[in-house]
Amino acid sequence: MSEQIAISVEQVSKRFRMFSERNQSLKAALMRGKRASFNEFWALRDVTFDIPEGSTFGLIGENGSGKSTLLKCIAKILQPDNGRVVSRGRVAALLELGSGFHPELSGRENVYLNGSILGLSRKELAAKFDEIVDFSGIESFIDQPVKNYSSGMYVRLGFAIAINIDPDILLVDEILAVGDAAFQDKCMEKFADFRRSGKTVVVVSHAMGSLRTMCDYAAWLKKGKLVEVGPTAQTVDDYVDATHIHREQVTKADDATRWGSGEATITEIELLDRAGQRTANFRTGEQLTIRLNYHFAERISRPVFGLALNTREGYYLWAFHSRDGGYVPDSIEGDGSIDVVVPELMLQPGTFDLTASIVDYTTTHTFDFLRNCTRFDVEAGTPRESGGAVALGARWGNLQEHPAPGNGFAVPAEQKGNR
Amino acid sequence: MSLSSDLRASKEILTNLTMREVRGKYKRSFLGQTWSLLNPIASLAIYTVVFGFVLRATPPPGDPSGIDVFTLWLACALLPWTFFANTMTGGMNALLGNANLVQKVYFPRYTLVAASMLSSLVTFGFEFLVLLGIAVIFGSNIWIWIPLTVIFVALLALFGLGIGLMLSIANVYFRDTAQFVGIGMQVWFYATPIVYPVTLIVEKEALWRSNGRDFPLTWFYSLNPMERFVTVFRDLIYDNRLPEWGDMAYCLGATVVSLGLGWLVFAKYQARIAEEL
Repeated sequence: MSEQIAISVEQVSKRFRMFSERNQSLKAALMRGKRASFNEFWALRDVTFDIPEGSTFGLIGENGSGKSTLLKCIAKILQPDNGRVVSRGRVAALLELGSGFHPELSGRENVYLNGSILGLSRKELAAKFDEIVDFSGIESFIDQPVKNYSSGMYVRLGFAIAINIDPDILLVDEILAVGDAAFQDKCMEKFADFRRSGKTVVVVSHAMGSLRTMCDYAAWLKKGKLVEVGPTAQTVDDYVDATHIHREQVTKADDATRWGSGEATITEIELLDRAGQRTANFRTGEQLTIRLNYHFAERISRPVFGLALNTREGYYLWAFHSRDGGYVPDSIEGDGSIDVVVPELMLQPGTFDLTASIVDYTTTHTFDFLRNCTRFDVEAGTPRESGGAVALGARWGNLQEHPAPGNGFAVPAEQKGNR
Repeated sequence: MSLSSDLRASKEILTNLTMREVRGKYKRSFLGQTWSLLNPIASLAIYTVVFGFVLRATPPPGDPSGIDVFTLWLACALLPWTFFANTMTGGMNALLGNANLVQKVYFPRYTLVAASMLSSLVTFGFEFLVLLGIAVIFGSNIWIWIPLTVIFVALLALFGLGIGLMLSIANVYFRDTAQFVGIGMQVWFYATPIVYPVTLIVEKEALWRSNGRDFPLTWFYSLNPMERFVTVFRDLIYDNRLPEWGDMAYCLGATVVSLGLGWLVFAKYQARIAEEL
């Protein structure tokens, strides 16, 4: 770390209040004789480290460890109660994209508004305007009011502004899962450019894989305290090792493989037939309901449940998660269950293994993952087809006899199996 | 942070936030910007009927201008008052209404309050020009008083900004500030000689004194800075005379106090806004 320091975090502490009573109205405050009663807790306690200029720096830790609070302190949105953060150069934070857009104003007007809030002058913005619009890929809608934008367009414009204002330091909360695959590629490219040109990036993420490849250094926070700071590989390994121990506590010992961070777990998987009875035997064409019983140790927003199906031989047949299914609750806490109904089980006789998971909305962070945790058998039913794993509900028909010279070879024989 | 460097840095933000307010206000409403004229016209019409015809308030004619038009006399005070009220309530809601912005991006927070004031100022400027035009038609000789009028519009704006800064913080901590302010504004409105002339108060005091009750009613009455502002605007536009030096000094003093106090309160509490919202 011989380079210059871009951000130095000096003994930063931040205290939050947990209100047991909060009188947010003057009337209530006067009548109760006090404004609030609360317990204080330290979201950050005496955190000190330096972020070298030109490095990509990861902040890791479990939920509630203070990563985002620290990021907000660096962004100057929150003011530390003790200590200070000194940063050199223009800081841009990608905390929530498109916040501060005015719905009634056009995309163009909002670019200028948002850009100036992020610290750009009108002249600089005018010079970058085309680049921003180009990057967002919404040229034809730029003069429409943003309230008519799709959520994807909204976020893309917000991202395009933030990344194109050319900050010296970029703060990113969670790797951005923005827009379609092409746009994500563009974002990743832009990040790479950004790092190549010697700018500093600070990332908060749970995706250890991409952190390991992206970041030069990482700091590991636990309950507001700094556990370790150093080269990414070392820090991430130590963090993963430490949370592994935690993981074994949530795993119920069985031969299926299981991993995940454990804030949410699948407690039981039930396979139900049409009558709602538990069974592990189904017939082709029958209704199958898969019920996932879960336990959420804390409130998690927009969790995604996933299911996958393999044959006993290990052939990957099918997967479906609730985000693609368009069924994502705002948040879940505590115990409950969720069902997946397969109206007609289009599997041919055989034995199948089910894999279940709970992941976050970006599907990059895994709370719980149970590989091949439940097995069931399928017996012959309707439709009845001849072999393989899946039934396609195909039908034979449309016989057309052509008068043929000699042998009766005229019926075109459809081969099964080539999809 | 020093005020002047902060001001320079946030000039762009201020311009853009103001544009946002001004453009956003009547966007996609049927009558658009015309609303900003219709509202004062409507209230002028109502007050003219109620106080000019029904209750028969008779303000003295303009001296030396000689104008004697109740509606015009009313407008000279009502428009500045409406501007002041809008500045205050707009400033009060500026932080709460932009909570998403405050919690996600760092920028000088006072710009939100100031932009709300500036957008009211734009609307007011529009109304005020129309008022001046009409005053001229009725024979007001406003021309030499225009520089002084502009100065007092600026003072009134800063006076409102100071109060707006204080209230914006209060509104973050106590969400029912708006209710109290709503009541307060009504009292304040009638405690200011907008729909009736000051002479009524002076006569009342004289009446009390003749009944043996010696109470300095006018003295208390004119503690109200808005009374001074309104008097100054009437002197300039309706009467076309130089306002009394005492009134002008009082306006200036009130502005300095309000702005200073507002800035102190705001500077002290702004750091915690993001978490209190």
